[in-house]
Amino acid sequence: MSVNWDLVWSSLGPLIGGAIKGTIPLTLASFVLGLILALIVALMRLSRNVVLAAVARFYVSVIRGTPLLVQLFVIFYGLPTIGVKLDPWPSAIIAFSLNVGGYAAEVIRAAILSVPKGQWEAGHTIGMSRGQALVRIILPQAARVSVPPLSNTFISLVKDTSLASLILVTELFRQAQQVAAFSQEFMALYLEAAAVYWVICLVLSSGQSLLEKRLERYVAH
Amino acid sequence: MSPTENAPVLQVRGLTKAFGANAVLRGIDLDVPKGKVVALIGPSGSGKTTVLRCLNGLEMPDGGTVALSGNGSGQLLLDFGAKVSRKDRVSRKDIAALRDRSAMVFQHYNLFPHMTVLQNVTEGPIKVQKRPGAQAVEEAERLLARVGLLEKKDTYPFELSGGQQQRVGIVRALALKPQLLLFDEPTSALDPELVGDVLGVIKELAEEGWTMVIVTHELGFARQMADEVIFMDGGVVVERGPASEVLREPKQERTQQFVQRLLHEF
Repeated sequence: MSVNWDLVWSSLGPLIGGAIKGTIPLTLASFVLGLILALIVALMRLSRNVVLAAVARFYVSVIRGTPLLVQLFVIFYGLPTIGVKLDPWPSAIIAFSLNVGGYAAEVIRAAILSVPKGQWEAGHTIGMSRGQALVRIILPQAARVSVPPLSNTFISLVKDTSLASLILVTELFRQAQQVAAFSQEFMALYLEAAAVYWVICLVLSSGQSLLEKRLERYVAH
Repeated sequence: MSPTENAPVLQVRGLTKAFGANAVLRGIDLDVPKGKVVALIGPSGSGKTTVLRCLNGLEMPDGGTVALSGNGSGQLLLDFGAKVSRKDRVSRKDIAALRDRSAMVFQHYNLFPHMTVLQNVTEGPIKVQKRPGAQAVEEAERLLARVGLLEKKDTYPFELSGGQQQRVGIVRALALKPQLLLFDEPTSALDPELVGDVLGVIKELAEEGWTMVIVTHELGFARQMADEVIFMDGGVVVERGPASEVLREPKQERTQQFVQRLLHEF
């Protein structure tokens, strides 16, 4: 097998373009929205209100119990049948955010529970309300604990966004598919796409180590 | 009751608390006059720590009243038995007022690991009591200097020994300027050689006239410091009186057994 290096080289531009214009913004937007959703869902699960807790549990169960691809298709291809027509980008962002929300909610809930009860009490004794103690005392400590598992979620998400190619979002993998279909160089293009994903994830992993170091002091020793 | 200089800062009547079917407090009365130190002693499970936690709103009593004088802002009276209407019930605001007047020093210090020593101390005054930052920092530095930890103000709790952490815990409580200081076995998590420093600080506070309730296993310390010693067992007060009487010549058999056993242990 001979590798068409000229093609590999000339397609690097479109692939990286796909990453910069598609994969990366899709990942970032979905992760940020997903984390906000996850925090809300985690707090609902921890609340004393049984209805809120049950709604949150149901949501997490559905998200974790169904394939991401199916969730994506329900939103993009399914919703129009009941009159909700969304463009590819919003559909993808909604699907990925909901997905991250379900998985990260469990991570955040566990991280909040991992902070010793005495920290809540110390917050209360200096006069803090539950909300103040949560924001000032508990979440900063929970954040440190949740960095490694949330990094996993984030890195998975980078790769999962390739599914958006199936609802016609122009991102890294769709760019590779198009060049491959045109040139018939499937092996070269898909390996090249794999390499670009890998580099992105390597960068993110080193970012994770830095963040963990920075948040070191946030843990009770 | 006529107002005298010994008017109680804290007055507790008939405090009850159960965890499920387990009655932990079965009608506790407690008076702590201004500037006095009351030591609560008793075997584990006697309810002494629960009394303390109820006084800081960390546990919600089932019944009884707690009255706590304020700093010129009048007396706070909480009636935990009043459950007739929503209006009479002890509210979140009442608990906040209780916490504003009392502050707890914990057995395991419970310092905030993500904040420096100085931030630990100023968090309450600045973020909760909304005092001016510069003034709160100055006050915190003065208090830290008093317990010999000023040069540690920018370090994090994990860099400190247990004794140092507990002194920061005490300063954190003092910085809130409470009417009443509550100590929950402040030395029982410490290595023996570090106990002295912490007890020394508490003793100084007593001499300065702070009003305190201390749950402790250190009978020698209770004897030295406490104006009154209360021996609890099974959720009731078995015996109370001046330290010299309760610890040296206890009248109740249960108190005698407890004091004997502790003296043998140490």
